[in-house]
Amino acid sequence: MEPFFAIAVGGLAAAAVYLMLSGELLRYIFGLVLLSNAANLAIFVSGRLTPGAPPLIPEGAYAPAGTVANALPQALVLTAIVIGFGLFAFALVLTFRAWTTLGTLEGDDMRVAEPKVTK
Amino acid sequence: MSWLLVAPLMLPFATAIAAYLAKGRAAGRWISIAGSALLLVAATLLLVEVNAQGVVAGQMGGWGAPFGITLVADRLSAVMVLITAIIALAVSVYALADIDTRLEQLGYHAIFNVLIAGVIGAFVTGDLFNLYVWFEVMLIASFGLLVLGGSPEQIDGGVKYVALNLIATVLFLAGVGLLYGATGTLNMADLSRAVEGVDPGLLSVIAMMFLLAFGMKAAVFPLFFWLPAAYHTPAFSVSAVFAGLLTKVGVYALIRCFTLIFDHDIGYTHQILLWVAGLTMITGVLGAAAQSDIRKILSFHIVSQIGYMVMGLALMTPLALVGTVFYLVHHIVVKANLFLIAGAVQRLAGSTELSRIGGLYKSAPLLALLFIIPAFSLAGFPPLSGFWAKFLLVKAAIGVEGWVIAGVALVVGLLTIYSMTKIWAAAFWSPHPEGRDTSLSQLSASDRRGLLLPIAGLAVITMVIGMAPDPFARFAEAAAADLLDPAAYVSAVLGEEQ
Repeated sequence: MEPFFAIAVGGLAAAAVYLMLSGELLRYIFGLVLLSNAANLAIFVSGRLTPGAPPLIPEGAYAPAGTVANALPQALVLTAIVIGFGLFAFALVLTFRAWTTLGTLEGDDMRVAEPKVTK
Repeated sequence: MSWLLVAPLMLPFATAIAAYLAKGRAAGRWISIAGSALLLVAATLLLVEVNAQGVVAGQMGGWGAPFGITLVADRLSAVMVLITAIIALAVSVYALADIDTRLEQLGYHAIFNVLIAGVIGAFVTGDLFNLYVWFEVMLIASFGLLVLGGSPEQIDGGVKYVALNLIATVLFLAGVGLLYGATGTLNMADLSRAVEGVDPGLLSVIAMMFLLAFGMKAAVFPLFFWLPAAYHTPAFSVSAVFAGLLTKVGVYALIRCFTLIFDHDIGYTHQILLWVAGLTMITGVLGAAAQSDIRKILSFHIVSQIGYMVMGLALMTPLALVGTVFYLVHHIVVKANLFLIAGAVQRLAGSTELSRIGGLYKSAPLLALLFIIPAFSLAGFPPLSGFWAKFLLVKAAIGVEGWVIAGVALVVGLLTIYSMTKIWAAAFWSPHPEGRDTSLSQLSASDRRGLLLPIAGLAVITMVIGMAPDPFARFAEAAAADLLDPAAYVSAVLGEEQ
């Protein structure tokens, strides 16, 4: 199971880098979403993958019987998804503002704050 | 004594809520100032307690370490909290004169206090994932402050700032996940023991992810490009608090992780840090030399100064860490102050572009005096605070025969003087190109107070550190000793008797 997830994480990261290098802001933001999902998947796998073994503790015991997945990384992933969603929403609104204020989403044309030095 | 740890966190949040309820009214400003003043009291109490009792730790919600979230303050954390409170107070007083009602209406004071809460949270947390959460709090508040007002420059700078900082965030998160997968814990004190069982090669890979993530936050070479793209665009209050605090949170996280967790292969990881430090100093100072706007020059100088702090961490000797701690404290005060002065220059001369201003030595001699103190301190003139900070670091470098890095540090100091004299010559000495000579007395009394009180206050701190460096150096020495031997930190967090 883990190799499959590892390849998925790698594939997501590769697609993310490809999008982020395109030089266009909206694609960059989409790349960022893919990259954060790659990170989330990696954390998810770090807590062990055990299909069909819910992490339940039998009555009277202190630890689950047998090998089960660690629930903490899943909680971390949930937190990270919520935070990532908030940041993505902000980034999208900022992209929209950039489009209306600057009239372009091409990274190379965004020179308002750092104008080219003309000599 | 966990309330001592919780108070500096809760105060800014409470202030933020109160300020939001009063937004758009004059009360908002005063709530912000009062909140910052209370924060200063709380931070002072925490520092006194930590200095007397050693590491203070508190388990939140009664969940014992390493399972719950731990708040913990050693000397380094405590002094960073105190200096954050000082900057928060200075900037909220400055905001009286700098922030107009339009920005207040948009909730400036509330977002500012959330930013402060995020910064303090990052300093006092003892849990790696919690650190990630505080970084996010800080980040989203800084996004808001950066684009508040929405001018084209701000949007443009904001895009670059947001885009690059989000990558750092994702890298940090992935690093946290991998480290948890390898060790099964996220408590930093617990991690410092748990990493002993991990394959050193794997640990070095994870360390590099953290180096990239925190390095991007700290604006080290070659990851600093978001900083000079954005820091000159927002209101002066905002860029002062960014310049003083935000990159230093990255440096703090680097120090914490690379003394507590990733000290398994110092020959490899800290050698990389040393290269990073040297290149950061050089590129920063050369970038500054090419700029002609006060805030852009100062932004590049943040980058070059970060190099000094990382240099102390990279050398990893007791004296070098003393230098780093001393440098952090000195730098935050000086850098925030220089940005505040840039705001006063803009107010009097009408711009921060060096070719369009001048004559301030004649029209505002007091401001000229107040500029000289932090500017020369930044460059490292004795007897100001920067001299001692640089002296400690260079001495540490020579002590381990790091001639190259010591040489770099000295040359970068010289080039810093070049930039500062450039600002001095253009803004203060040469006449104003349009013959404008607004003096301080032409400002309204309340504006004058708002602009000059924080600048003078921070200048006094710089002078005091410079004239009487002994108690500060002794404190830094104790802080560095804590960092090099984390046994007390670890046992305080894990609740073991020493």
